[in-house]
Amino acid sequence: MASPIAAATAGSEHLILNMGPQHPSTHGVLRVILELDGEVIVNAEPVIGHLHRGVEKLAEHMTYNQVIPLMDRLDYCSPLINNLGYVLAVEKLLGIEIPERAVALRVLLSELTRIQSHLIWLGTHALDIGAMSPLLYMFREREEILDMYEEVWGARMHLAYFRVGGVAADVPKSFLVRARKFLSGFYEKVDMYEALLTENPIWKRRTQGVGIISGDDAIALGLSGPGLRASGIDWDLRKHLPYSGYDRYEFEVPRGTRGDVYDRYLVRVAEMRQATRISQQALEGLPGGPVLAAAPRVVPPEKERVLTTIEGLIHHFKIMMEGYSVPEGEVYAAVESPRGELGFYIRSDGGPKPYRLKVRTPSFANLESLCTMAKGQMIADMVAIIGSIDIVLGEVDR
Amino acid sequence: MGIEEYLGNTVLTTTLDKVVNWARKSSIWPATFGLACCAIEMMATAASRYDIARFGSEVFRASPRQADLLIVAGTVTQKMAPIVKLIYDQMPNPKWVIAMGACAASGGMFKSYAVVQGVDELFPVDVYIPGCPPRPEALLWGIIKLQEKIERETIRGTTL
Amino acid sequence: MKEELTTHLGDRLAAVTEACGELTITVLPEQLLAVARQLRDQEAFAFTFLADLTGVDCAAGAFEAVYHLLSMKHRSRVRIKVRIDRGTELPSVAGIWPAANWYEREAYDLLGITFAGHPDLKRILTPDGFSGHPLRKEYPLRGEK
Repeated sequence: MASPIAAATAGSEHLILNMGPQHPSTHGVLRVILELDGEVIVNAEPVIGHLHRGVEKLAEHMTYNQVIPLMDRLDYCSPLINNLGYVLAVEKLLGIEIPERAVALRVLLSELTRIQSHLIWLGTHALDIGAMSPLLYMFREREEILDMYEEVWGARMHLAYFRVGGVAADVPKSFLVRARKFLSGFYEKVDMYEALLTENPIWKRRTQGVGIISGDDAIALGLSGPGLRASGIDWDLRKHLPYSGYDRYEFEVPRGTRGDVYDRYLVRVAEMRQATRISQQALEGLPGGPVLAAAPRVVPPEKERVLTTIEGLIHHFKIMMEGYSVPEGEVYAAVESPRGELGFYIRSDGGPKPYRLKVRTPSFANLESLCTMAKGQMIADMVAIIGSIDIVLGEVDR
Repeated sequence: MGIEEYLGNTVLTTTLDKVVNWARKSSIWPATFGLACCAIEMMATAASRYDIARFGSEVFRASPRQADLLIVAGTVTQKMAPIVKLIYDQMPNPKWVIAMGACAASGGMFKSYAVVQGVDELFPVDVYIPGCPPRPEALLWGIIKLQEKIERETIRGTTL
Repeated sequence: MKEELTTHLGDRLAAVTEACGELTITVLPEQLLAVARQLRDQEAFAFTFLADLTGVDCAAGAFEAVYHLLSMKHRSRVRIKVRIDRGTELPSVAGIWPAANWYEREAYDLLGITFAGHPDLKRILTPDGFSGHPLRKEYPLRGEK
């Protein structure tokens, strides 16, 4: 005699389960509507917009310089890289050359930001999967990087240090000493993280073969960054469409083979090593010279001139209060953020405020591939899959 | 608890207040409720260097029904507002709210159509912490201020 | 790449311009799908990656849909612009680049551009029950309330 439960559940409908937006493992305010057949995911639809702050509309009402801190807060795990992409776009429109020292400093700080972002990612990803200790170790290293940020420009997270024309001010020597020490010791730290996770049987069981996406699917869905490279596609903007002097440095672009959660983990860990390598090269090869372009229409004079001469004061005042006019036109500048292609499309109408600013954020596009990665997987793997995409809701929703 | 109605404002109830408040302030368990950038600093506060566990917040509870404190860390958008309210409503008494950061306190730099200009438009806030984002030390300062506030509370007139 | 575009697509393009080191082609709405398909499939182009799809409110009752394409094979980018009047529908390219799905939803949500043939054109970023299109120039920054 068949059991009543078996009879009642035979051919039962799919279950719709709501995940988030308040959830410890969605890495922010993400809501996912899951359609389940028992424990198997049939469909996963992300519902986004819970952190939509109207950044693009706000930017139309701010001068180009005022927009810089706004950009920092989009991908809040790697603020300086947002910073870089935006100022590169404005500089392209203005057609100004950046001094060599500023270019190298930008690379150095961007790669430190990449390391810091991957540390946050790996710590939280491991925590979601159940490994609690890596988070504490990684945040320890991250604190060292934040100390360095503080030494450079006074803030821990949202520095707004890169400016149109270069960087806000030169770095103190103590920062260079600290950076050198940190970078030389960081390879061992990465080895330690790998010792905790890479060959760990539980980690492998939870991440291998989970959330697979093929290279072709990834390209079609607009997936970029480590997720794309883990599926075997050799594409990194720093290597293939270099910007800000990246073509001068030697580094590898790590790639995976299967495109599962484990491969995405391996790629990012390898990227931390490569980022250290690039930072060391930028540090050792740091040229001398000014850190701001000689572009008086756009770059304010040095503080001493501002505070002691009337011309300096007026010059500074004009740039801060009125902004500077940017020639009419449009531009798209993209950088390789820790999450993928981060692009800034600016259309200028000749005025001091952007006519239209569109931020092409990697997490927005990467999240579209969630459904493809999750279909056919078990509900228990959902957390690992979401974590492996490495989304930051601030840049998904803007 | 009703005791004070019979005994009036005696040593017994003030001592009871002290004990209850000491217990509450020393074990405030926050809900995991990071919205935006402040959430990262909140995580840093929970990590080893700043260690919020020293102040009693040993764990962050995922379920609001098991949490005492709602640290609103990040921007509250119009889309998220009803959900934040739902989380707040689900928390049992006694509960407290810290508005962490400029966005939670007043909308921050996002004066746009999509952002609630301060979470106190939705429910009462106990402590406001300025900053964008506030340093972990600032969040700890906010927790300490909250503890001082809890010390001044009384159980008289409440039902437990 | 500019020569390739003018050679292979010539009469289909309303304009080809180059500025700030970037290539922009302007296309009429009727030609969009054919041009898009050719840009993706033809080996000389291989624009298999849709980097961005957005809209711009040009005022005077016109919108511009802006597509940014990337060719990994040729390491090059191109921008496609299509100008339409408000209320005109554009064909959806979600069948050519699945990534376009969410981008078109966003353009619909924030600007009100509709895309014919989109599998599920609904709002994506604004709250449920929201009315209006925030990125339109006449929409006030602080909202309509």
